[in-house]
Order: sequence, then structure tokens, then C-alpha cells
Amino acid sequence: MTAPPKPSLNPVPVKERMKMPRQQMPEQAAELRAANFTEVNLGYSEELARQEALRCIECAKPACTKDCPVGVKVYEFVQLIVAGDFAGAAAKIREDNVLPAITGRVCPQEDHCEGGCLMGKKVKPLGIGYLERFVADYEQRMGVRNLPNVPPSGKKVAVVGSGPSGLTVAGDLVQKGHKVRVFEALHELGGVLVYGIPEFRLPKQIIREQLDYMRDMGVEFETDVVVGRTVAIDELLEEEGYDAVFIGTGAGLPVFMNIPGEHLNGVYSANEFLTRINLMKAYKFPAYDEPMLDLHGKDVAVIGGGNTALDAIRSALRLGARKAYVLYRRSETEMPARAEEVKHAREEGIEFHMLTSPVEFLPDGVGWLGAVRCVRMELGEPDASGRRRPVPVAGSEFEIPLSVAVIAIGTSANPIVQSTTPGLGTDKRGYIQADPETQRTSRKGVFAGGDIVTGSATVILAMGAGRRAAKSIQEYLTTGEW
Amino acid sequence: MFNIVHAEFLAPGIKRFLIQAPRIARKQKPGQFVIVRIYEEGERVPLTIENSDPQKGTISIVVQSLGKTTSLLNSLGTGDHILDVVGPLGKPSEIKKFGTVVVMGGGVGTAMTYPTAAALKQAGNRIISIVGARNKELVILENEMRAVSDVLMITTDDGSYADKGFVTDKLRQLIQNGVPIDLVLAVGPIPMMRAVADMTRGERIRTLVSLNPIMIDGTGMCGGCRVLVDGKSQFACVDGPEFDAHQVNFDVLVQRNGAYRSQERQSMAEYRRELESQLKSTEAEGNGVCVVKGSTL
Repeated sequence: MTAPPKPSLNPVPVKERMKMPRQQMPEQAAELRAANFTEVNLGYSEELARQEALRCIECAKPACTKDCPVGVKVYEFVQLIVAGDFAGAAAKIREDNVLPAITGRVCPQEDHCEGGCLMGKKVKPLGIGYLERFVADYEQRMGVRNLPNVPPSGKKVAVVGSGPSGLTVAGDLVQKGHKVRVFEALHELGGVLVYGIPEFRLPKQIIREQLDYMRDMGVEFETDVVVGRTVAIDELLEEEGYDAVFIGTGAGLPVFMNIPGEHLNGVYSANEFLTRINLMKAYKFPAYDEPMLDLHGKDVAVIGGGNTALDAIRSALRLGARKAYVLYRRSETEMPARAEEVKHAREEGIEFHMLTSPVEFLPDGVGWLGAVRCVRMELGEPDASGRRRPVPVAGSEFEIPLSVAVIAIGTSANPIVQSTTPGLGTDKRGYIQADPETQRTSRKGVFAGGDIVTGSATVILAMGAGRRAAKSIQEYLTTGEW
Repeated sequence: MFNIVHAEFLAPGIKRFLIQAPRIARKQKPGQFVIVRIYEEGERVPLTIENSDPQKGTISIVVQSLGKTTSLLNSLGTGDHILDVVGPLGKPSEIKKFGTVVVMGGGVGTAMTYPTAAALKQAGNRIISIVGARNKELVILENEMRAVSDVLMITTDDGSYADKGFVTDKLRQLIQNGVPIDLVLAVGPIPMMRAVADMTRGERIRTLVSLNPIMIDGTGMCGGCRVLVDGKSQFACVDGPEFDAHQVNFDVLVQRNGAYRSQERQSMAEYRRELESQLKSTEAEGNGVCVVKGSTL
């Protein structure tokens, strides 16, 4: 950890800093945004950013960097904001994070950098995420580019999947002089960032800008390639001359509940529901061809309590749903969704039904969903996840009339790469086995990271795996040792 | 961007495209499909690969105009481009020596049976092909199918070509005549595949059908293409598209394929209106040119 420079650039006495309020994120008003897809958070102004940066108390042992999965040098970039060098602050973040405009928006900072912030113990933590977003947007607005200036290494790396882990690997390795090509199965780059996260939380334009930056850095992209089907990992290594391959194919198959009525029209997986909206722009039908069930005046429920569940139900609300429910089988304390998202959803008018679990989807008589039968739950002893296990309450069944249900209870491993790559070790659930430090798989020259190794997690954890993989690929390419 | 090397109508409303797609051509196996997106605002639609040429790097697909996307696709010709073609997707057909295989193609489904029939023939099977269409004009790939079949039977619904009737009539005859059948592969409209399944179930003849549910990504990510097989959810894109016909719940398939019927109608109606207005403006332009020509002459 770099020691704070002496004297400090911050003119505000430390005691005074503790009294400064955390600068609030300007937001689109709830009643407005509930009917549109434009971004909820509007971003700090320069003034707000400087004010917030001044709050950093420059503690001797900052936990922010230590708690960041990619190790962003928080203290240093915040000091650059204090000094008014916003481009410098962005460059400082980029030393560890190639997607700052994205993590500044979707990273659960409360679990990482802000979670460890000493200020949080007394008042409120420093708005690190908001500051990161501010400098990333500033950098983009000013057209600042810090391009690698390194001699070509002569080595080629293939990256499978253009989600957060893959992009991190690509960004880190292209700066080492390697030729990096990213393969994407879909027609658009970004993985879960484009098909999963809605416009109102992460505008697609932001992703496109970050990708353009990566192209300028020299990363090559190829869409419409399903590795495992269009080309095999072994073909990349043996025939196309790649020296190493990183697999970051993400969380694959949606999990269903296996309850009666799941095949009724109107029952969606969250992946399908969100893909139609985010990737295929079905909310703009008929200007876009991909259709979507008309949600105007309909009652919609999402099943699950994660960020994906909230993304889906908040999208449904924006598509005109009359009632929009979250049905979650545990209580709010156990909900994996970010606190900020829950707050935003509540403000917009989403109704939360905790300790509620569907047992059957009921038809309306003509093949469509008409209602969901639920059972009330109560919390028992802690389960393997450490959270208290929900147990059904006998005789508590009730029905909720419903036109559309979205199932957002998780995903399982997509088997396409594993089943077409001989010798690639997987665990009993089908996820790729990779060393947690080096991200090496059982196959020489093949690395893996992100959700395809850990199961569904967050953007920043996938990026953390990408960083470790990049470091370890660099080592392998330099030494040739496995 | 994927270049259309050649395009030709096989029948009214049914067009064959030869597309430059070297990666797919190299990997394609019988029974697999591609997903196509024609332009930026377009939807993703799954289409069967009829054939491929790894040397030339081309694949061929056969498309029947049904909705907006397929109509739009069929308005493209040699030299045009398709924005996205991804594949080959789905599990390949199982190719081995079964004995006698009855290959049944209904309408444009014939295109999907062709590569599998060819591979099965190559693997030493006796191939009895039954190709059906509504009328003479819509019979496709007759020569191709003949070349890979020991016996080829053709039916038309209206009797305008070959034998009048349905492909299932021929299958019934085969069964009644005591022809030993080791496997039936049926690809076509859902009512046809269901009828075949019903006919072979009692006879305990192993029967495969290739399903074409609504699909988006085609890699197992969205789960939109789930079909009920033996009471269990299966994804046609990664677990299929071929399934044991006797286990398929065709009612669910029909119901799910109809989920967007009203939107599909709306799309098609708007597409038609657009075409008509384009046609009118072209006619108007045409007249304009005549006037100019007339005056200069």
C-alpha cells in the first residue's frame, strides 16, 4: 500500500471531513423513471465529485484497495480528484480496471471498497463507486485514451466470451504486447452486460464506448462464434496458433423450478425475459422485430431475490405492468440483491412479498398463465449457504392472479465448451475446475474464470478472476512453464 | 457480415441460399442448424443447414416465407449480405448403421432430412425416403433425395404430382406390408410429426423428430426453446433439436409456438404495407422516367 503523500493535498482538516455529508447521487425521479428505460442514476457533477473526494480521511491502512477484487488504487485516484486531475484519476483506475465506467455503475461497492471504508464505521463510507463512475465518464467525454506502447510479444491469446472476465483478460494482456482476440457467441459484445443488465442501470452506449476503447488498445473481436460449436478450443490452440486460451463463458443455463405449469405461455426465465428486452430491444417492437408479450395493464411477478430478479421486475414495470411483484422465499435480510437496487425498486412501486414461494403456475384456460399458487415460508435452521433455510408453512397456500411470471432463481453450467474439450476438468455440477489463484484448468495453456468456474456471481468478481488469469497467462507465456 | 454467394427459388416461397461461412462449413454435421439475424433491428431465427462445403467455405440453407423475417430473407439474392449467421448449433444427428431407416420430410422439412439421409446412407443403412408437399410446385429436393435413397416415395396433398395423400399414408403402407423398419426420422410441420409419432408408437418403431420451437440465443442461455420431453424440460438448442417422437409433448410445443402469434401477424402486416408503399413509389418513379423519356424523344 502506498503511503499517503505528505503534505496532503486535501485542505480540509480531517476532523471537518468526518462532518461532511456523503454527496448523494442525483437520480431521475421515481415516478418518471418507472415509465422509461433511461438511466436511473445521473452521475456526479465535477463539484459533487470534488466535495465527495474531500471526505477521504486518508487513513493509514486503507481497506478499500485490499477489498477490491481487481485492486483499484482507491486512495491514489481519489487524491487525483482532490487535485482536480480527473483524467489522471481515470488513468490510475485503468492500471487495475479496464472497465471503470461499468464497475462504477454495477459493482456492489458496499461488499468491497466501501464496505471496508473506515468512514463507514462512524458516518457513511466514501462514495468510491460514484467517484469511479464520475472519472470514467469524464475520461470518455474528453476522449482521453491511454494506449499501450509496448513491443509486440509475438504471442496470441484467444478469449472465449466477451463478458466482464473476458474483457478484463483481453485488456490486461493487450497491454503486455500480446495479440488478443475475443470470441463472442452472440451478435453483440459484452455478454451479461448487454443481455442481462438493463439500460436503466447500465446504458448500452457505455458498454460500446468501453469496447471502442479496447479496440483502440488493439483488442480484436469476433462475434457469432460459439466456441465448442463453431470452433473447438483444441482447434484454436493447434490450428489457429493461439498460445493460450481463456474461457469466460459465464453463467449458462437458466434454472427452472420444476413445478407444474412452467410451460404455460407467460412463464419466462429471467435470461429470456431480459435478453428479449436488453439484447433484442423487444421493448421497441415493432420498430425491432423480436416480440415481447404486451405487459400493459398486466400483473407480473418475478421469482427470486437477486439483482437479476430486480432487473427483470423493474423492466416489467417500465413495460407498463399494472402490478409488479417480487416473490422471494426468504426474508429481506437474506436477499442477495444490492441495497441500492432494492431501494430504487421500492421507490418505483415494486411490491415485495417475502417468505413466499410458488408451488404451481395455474392456466387461464386457454394455454396462458392465469395465476400462481404460493405457499408461505418461515425461516428454520441455517443451511449450507449460512442463511436460514426457508420451510413451507402447512396449509398456508394462496393464489395471486398473474399474466406473466419471470423465474430468476439462478443458473447452471452451460456444457458446450466442456463437452467439446477433451480433458477439461469439471466439478460435479459441470462447472470448469480452475485453480483459484492462477485460474489454470486441467488443460495446458487453458485458463478459465468468472461464472463458468464459480457459478453465478457478480461482474467485479468475474473481473477479479480475469485479472488473476491475465497475470498467470502472462507468466505462462513468458516462462512456458505449466 | 455473411455474403450470399448464390440464391435460387426451389419452389414458390421456398428459397435456397449458399452463404459464405467458412467456420460453420468446416464444422457442420447433419441435423444441425444456424441462427440468422438479417439486419440490425432483426430478430434471431433458427434455420436448418441443408448442406455445407468445407472446401469452398459455404453452407446452404433452405427458407420458406412464413413471417416477416423469412419473407425478408427470401427477398435477398446473390451478392446480398446477412448481418449474422451463427452455428452450427444443436446436437448432430446420430449416424450409425441402424438397418432400414425411413426418412420423412414434410414441406421445407425435407431440406433438414437431406444431410442426415445422406450420412445414414453412407453409414450403410437402407434408406426409404418419403417426401411430401401440398402440391407439385412445392416438392423440393427430389433429385437430391433420390440420390441418397434406396426407395423414394412422393406424396402431394392434392395429387397434382406422384401419389395423392400424406406422407403418413406411405408409412402406414410400409408398416402394413411388414417392411422391417429400424428407425423413422420425421421432419416437417408439427401435425405431420405428431401423426408419425402416433403411428409408430404402437408398432414400437424408434422415431425421431426435429423440433423447431421459438429460440433466441441458441446456446442454452435463455431457455425460451424449452420443450416437454418425457415430462421433463429440455432445451431444443442444446439437448436437441432431435428428440424421441414418442416422448415429445406436442400440445405444449404447439401452445408455446403460438405465444407471439398476434405480434407475428402485426409484423407481417406492417411488412406488407411497407412493401406495397415501396412498390407504389417505384411505380411512380417509373412513370416519371417515362415522361422524361417521352419529352426528350
